[in-house]
Amino acid sequence: MRKLTAVPDTSEHSPEGIAGQSVPHDSATKHVTGRAEYIDDIAELPGTLHIAVGGSAHAHAKIKHLNLDAVKSSPGVVCVVTSEDIPGRRIIGPVFHDELLLAYDEIEYVGQPVFAVAAESFEQAQRAVKLALIEYEILTPLLDVKLAREQESYVLPEHVMQRGNASAAMSSARHKVHGELVVRGQEHFYLEGQVCYVTPTEDGVHVLSSSQHPAEVQKMVAETLALPLNKVHAEVRRMGGGFGGKETQAAHLACVASIFVNKLRRPAKYRLSRRDDMVVTGKRHDFVNEYEIAFDDQGKIEGTVMSLLGMCGFSVDLSQGIIDRAMFHADNAYFLNHAKVSGYYCKTHTVSNTAFRGFGGPQGMITIEAAMDDIARYLQIDPLTVRKRNLYTAERDETHYGQKIEQHNIAEIIAELENTSDYWRRREAITAFNASNQYIKKGLALTPVKFGISFTSKHLNQAGALVNVYTDGTININHGGTEMGQGLYTKVAQIVASEFQVDLNAVMVTSTRTDKIPNTSPTAASSGTDLNGKAAQVACGKIKAEMQAFAKRYFNLADQAIEFANNQVIMGENSMSFAEFVQLAYMNRVSLSSTGFYKTPTIHYDRETGKGKPFFYFANGAAAAEVTIDTLTGEYRVTRVDILHDVGRSLSPGIDIGQIEGGFVQGMGWVTSEELLWNSSGEVISNSPANYKIPTAFDIPEIFNVNLYQQDCPVDTVYASKAVGEPPLMLGISVWCALRDACASVADYRISPDLTVPATPEQVLFAVEQAKMFKEKDSGQAL
Amino acid sequence: MIKFLLNGSWVMETELDPNMSVLRYLRTKRGLSGSKEGCASGDCGACTVLIGERSKGNGSQTVKYHAVNSCITLLGAMHGKHIVTVDGLNINEETHPVQQAMIASHGSQCGFCTPGIVMSLVGLRESQTSCSRKDVLESLSGNLCRCTGYRPIIDAAMASFDVADNKNIINTTPAWSAPEQEEVAGLHTVDADYFSPTSEAELTELLTKYPGARLIAGGTDLALEISQNYRSFDCLISLSDIEELTELSEAGNTLYVGAAATYSQVMPWLKTWYPEVVELFERIGSLQIRNRGTVGGNIANASPIADTPPVLLALDASLELASTAGRRVLSLKDFFLSYKQTQLQNGEYIRRIILPKPESNAIVKLYKVSKRYEDDISAVMAAFYLELEGARIKTVRLAFGGMAAVPKYADHAQTKLVGAEFTEASVAAAISALGEDFAPLSDVRASSAYRLKTAQNLLRKAYLEIANNMSLGVFSHA
Repeated sequence: MRKLTAVPDTSEHSPEGIAGQSVPHDSATKHVTGRAEYIDDIAELPGTLHIAVGGSAHAHAKIKHLNLDAVKSSPGVVCVVTSEDIPGRRIIGPVFHDELLLAYDEIEYVGQPVFAVAAESFEQAQRAVKLALIEYEILTPLLDVKLAREQESYVLPEHVMQRGNASAAMSSARHKVHGELVVRGQEHFYLEGQVCYVTPTEDGVHVLSSSQHPAEVQKMVAETLALPLNKVHAEVRRMGGGFGGKETQAAHLACVASIFVNKLRRPAKYRLSRRDDMVVTGKRHDFVNEYEIAFDDQGKIEGTVMSLLGMCGFSVDLSQGIIDRAMFHADNAYFLNHAKVSGYYCKTHTVSNTAFRGFGGPQGMITIEAAMDDIARYLQIDPLTVRKRNLYTAERDETHYGQKIEQHNIAEIIAELENTSDYWRRREAITAFNASNQYIKKGLALTPVKFGISFTSKHLNQAGALVNVYTDGTININHGGTEMGQGLYTKVAQIVASEFQVDLNAVMVTSTRTDKIPNTSPTAASSGTDLNGKAAQVACGKIKAEMQAFAKRYFNLADQAIEFANNQVIMGENSMSFAEFVQLAYMNRVSLSSTGFYKTPTIHYDRETGKGKPFFYFANGAAAAEVTIDTLTGEYRVTRVDILHDVGRSLSPGIDIGQIEGGFVQGMGWVTSEELLWNSSGEVISNSPANYKIPTAFDIPEIFNVNLYQQDCPVDTVYASKAVGEPPLMLGISVWCALRDACASVADYRISPDLTVPATPEQVLFAVEQAKMFKEKDSGQAL
Repeated sequence: MIKFLLNGSWVMETELDPNMSVLRYLRTKRGLSGSKEGCASGDCGACTVLIGERSKGNGSQTVKYHAVNSCITLLGAMHGKHIVTVDGLNINEETHPVQQAMIASHGSQCGFCTPGIVMSLVGLRESQTSCSRKDVLESLSGNLCRCTGYRPIIDAAMASFDVADNKNIINTTPAWSAPEQEEVAGLHTVDADYFSPTSEAELTELLTKYPGARLIAGGTDLALEISQNYRSFDCLISLSDIEELTELSEAGNTLYVGAAATYSQVMPWLKTWYPEVVELFERIGSLQIRNRGTVGGNIANASPIADTPPVLLALDASLELASTAGRRVLSLKDFFLSYKQTQLQNGEYIRRIILPKPESNAIVKLYKVSKRYEDDISAVMAAFYLELEGARIKTVRLAFGGMAAVPKYADHAQTKLVGAEFTEASVAAAISALGEDFAPLSDVRASSAYRLKTAQNLLRKAYLEIANNMSLGVFSHA
C-alpha cells in the first residue's frame, strides 16, 4: 500500500481478554441482537433454487418401479434428479464408500433419499416430493441389535480389547454380578437444522455449509461432481449447534444441492425441515450392553466381560470409531483388571447412526456405572465406596487396551466433591427420608468421568492455521476448526492475543474455508482448541521470530529477545506500541503473515492387537446428583447437582463453565426425557419436538453448583489447558444413577432394579414396581 | 387489507397468501432474519416475537405485549397489532437490559435460539418490575436451548431487572387506536382469503358466503397443517378478534368462557373459582402457546390427548354452539363422538363454554403426567371432581385424557364410588374398575401398561391427598 493507516492509540496497558480470562463469546452481541448470520439468513441470490428429496416409505425394500411424472409437473419444479444424474461417485461415505447418495435398487431405511427436486420455493419443493409413485418389493427389516448379532448382520467385523485372562478370573471369582443394559440413542436437536447454500463459480462450486467438517464437504462434493478438489470450496462461519450431528451428515445435503448447481448453473439452497432432519439424519447409537463382573469382598473388580452391541444402521458412517470409543470407555475411571471387552457393529435397517458428543463413550461408561451400583447392592455398601475402591491408581493403572493411566486426580476430585456436596450427610438424610416416606423417594449418586482425548484415527490429529497481522496492529486468524457455539473462535483469538500480548478486540477469527486452510480434520473429539489453538500458536511463533530477527537487525540488538507485553513491543531500552512496531516492520519488508501446523505427539493404536496409547491425555470430572421420585407415577425432579470438572488450566473460564453445564444438561436429557423410539416397521416415531423432549429451563436443578478443577494438564497442551467439549456430557450419568438409587430404596437398597436409558417416568415406575415385587417376595420368604 | 405496526412503523398488506405465517413474512418478505425457524411447529421458540395488542373494551388505551411463536401465527391475525422482532427492538444501537445481561452471563453459545429467548425475556422484563425464578421459568417454557443448559439464561433474566431501562421500540411506541376499516380486514389472493371479522354479525355473513371456510382461532394446531404438511387453505375465517367470542362473564352460579379467549386471558379470571384448573392450565403448551391458544380451539380440535377436555368434563361443562341456523347448548360429554369427530356441524362454531361455579364442598384434583414437565403432551391426564356429604360421595366425575380415542369419563369406576363411603376400600374397587373402562394404546408417549397403571395410581393419589389433606408429588402442583 502507498500510505499506511493512522496508528490507533494503543497506550501501554495490560492486555484485555487474553487466555485465562473470562470473556463473552466472540459473537455474543450478534447473537442477542439477531445479527449473527446463519446460512438460511443470507440474502438469496436471484434464481436461487430450493431442494427437497423424496425418500423411501419402507425400511427394507427393493424399488420395482419409480414414476416421477407428477413430481416433474408439480408447480414450481425446475428439475428432478435420480442416481443416474450424478456425474461422479454415486456411492459415498466419510470412511467407507457404502452409502448411495440417491438409492436406486435396494432401500435400507425409512426416508432413504431416492430422488431430489429443485423448485422455485421451499414449499413447492416440499409439495412436489410427496407426489412420486414408487412401487416396492417389501423385504423384512432387521431392527434389533441382538437379532443382528444372531444373524451376524454387521457393518464391520467384531473387535476385541483384552487384558489378562478374563474367563479365568470369572471362574475363580467369589462374587459376580451380571446384567444387560438397554441404552437408547439420542437425537442431536441442534436448533439450526441441516442446511447448505451452494453457488456456481467460474470453475466449480462454492458451498456454504452448516458443517463441522468443511474439508469433507469439499471432498465429497468434488467426488459427486467428478471435479478436482481445487475447484470446490467449502466455507463455514458458524453453526446453530452441531454436537457431532454435523460431522458427516452435512455433506449429503451439499452433494445433492451441488448436482443441481452443476447442472443448471443456478444457486441452490437445501434446508431440511425439522421433521425431515429428525428422520433422515443419523443419531447417537442405540446400544444393548451385556456385562459380567467378578469382584472380591471389598467390591474390587477382579474380572470384566462386556459385550457392547451398537446399532450402526445401514452403513458404517463413523461407527467404527464410535463403537471403538464405547469400548475404550467401558472402564470409565475404573481398573477392570482381567478384562475382555467385545464390540459389535450391528447392521440394521435404520438411518446410519453417527457422531454425537461423547462418540460412544457415554454408552460404554454408563454400563460400568450400572455395574458399580450392582456390586454395591450385592455387598450392601454405598455405591460411592465401591467406585472409590475401583479407581485407577499408580499400582492398578493399565487399561484393557494397554494404555497406562498416568494422571490420577479423580480420587482428589471425588474427595473435594464429597466435601462440597456434603455427600455423606445427605446420604444419611436421604436414607432416613426414604424410610419414613412411602410414596415419595429420594436418590443420590456421585459418579466420575474419565474421557480420552484425541481422535482414535491417528491421522486426524493434525491442524493448520493462518495468522495475518495488518498494519493497524489488528490480527486476523483462520484455522481448520469450526464454530458451533462451543467458543472455539473465542479461545483461539484469546490464544493469539496472548501470544502477542495485545487486547482481544484487536484479534478476529473469520470463517473456516477450505481455500484458506486445506485438508482439515473435523471439529470433533473435543479436539478443536487443542489442535487449532496449537496451530495458531505455532503460526504466531513464526511471525514473532520474523519480528525478532527484524528488530535485532534494525535496532542493532545483541542477543536479547524482544518482548511482547502490555500491548507494546519492548526492545531493550526501546518500546513502542504493537501497531507502531508492525508498521515499522512492514516498511522494512518483514512478512506479517504465517501458517502454523500442529500434530499431536506420542499417540498410537494397533487395531490388530487392540493395544496402544490412543489418547494423549484424559479429561476428568465428577458430578453428584440428587433426585426425588414419585413412586405412583414415576415422575421425578432433579433437585440438586454439584459438579467439579478438570479443564486443566482454563483458557476461558466462562466458556468452559458453559461447556460443562450445557454438556451436563444434554447428558441429563439423554438419560431422562429424550426417548428415541422406532416402531416395528422401522419408522422413527419420535420424529418431532412434540414427541421428542429435550430438557427445558424447568428441568435443570435449582441448586446447580459447577466448579472448575484447575490443575495444569500434565502433557504439552496449549497453555496447559484441557479439552472440554464432550466429557461433561457424561456427568449426566449421575442423574441416571441417582434415579436408580431412588428406585432401589423401594427394595431397601437390596437390589438395583433394571432401568432402561433413558429413565423416563414410565421406566422409573417399572423399576419401582420391580423393586416392590422383590421386597414383597423377599418379605414373604422371610415370613 | 390488513394494517399493523412492524417494529414501530405502520405496514399495510393486501395481496399476500393467507396461509403465510408471521415468520415466513418476516424472513422472506421483509428481510428480517433475526427470528429463526427451529421447528416450524411452535415447540422450540427460536421464532418468538412479541405481539402488542390493545386491550379489548371501549376506548381502552392500554397495550399489552405477549410472546408468540411466529412460525405458527398467521400474518392475517396481525391486523391492528404491533409485531416487535429482535431486529427492531433497539433504538440507537442501545442494547436492551436483557441483551446486556445475556452477554454478561454467557447466555448464548451457538446463538440460534438466542433471539427467541431474548424476546421471551424482553416480554417478561417489559411487563413487570421485578421477577422470581418461577416467572423466569414460565417465560422460558416455550424456548428450547440445546447448548447452555439454561443456567446462565435464568441468571441473565433475573439480572436484567438490575440493568437500567433504556429506550426501545416497546416503551417508545405510544398506544394506537384501531385502524379504520371499511370492510372486514383480511388478506386476499386469487386463490385464497383470510378474514378477521370483529363481530358475530360479520362472522355469520361470512359463513353464509363461504360455507366451506375453515375457522381459525389461535391457530396453534391448525397452522401446523400449513407449516408441517405444506397445506394451503383457500378460506380462513378468524374468530380471534370477535368481541363476543372472547368475553369472560358470570351470571348467578354460571361462568361463561368465550371460546376464542386465549388461555392467558382466561387464567387470571378463572383463578377465583377454580385455582386448580389454572394451575393445570399453566402446564398446557408453553407461554407462547397459551398466549395464542384458546379453550374453544382445544375442544373443537377434539384431540384425545388434549388436556382441557378432561378438565371440563370433570367440571360438567356445556358448550354453546352457534351457526347461521341459530344457537344450541350441548353437554360436553355428548360433544365428542369418536377419534377427532365431534357434534359440530359445518358452519357451526363453539360460542362459549358454560361452567357451573364449584359447590362449596367440591374437591377438584387434576393430574397431568408426561415425559417432560413443560410443554409436553400428556401420557395420561386425569381430572377428578368430587362432592362429599359427610363420609359419603354425593357426586363424582372421573375424566381421563390419553386413555381412549376420545376424552371420556371412567363410567365403571364412577359407579363404584357414587353413593359409597369415601374409603380405601371403595377407592380400591374403583381403581380396579378402571381396567374395565380403558384399554389404552401404546405409542411414542407411553405404553398401554404404563397408562393404565398410572391412571389407577392417580386415583389412589387423589384419595391419599384428600384423605390425609396433603399434597403428594414431586412438583409443587398439577
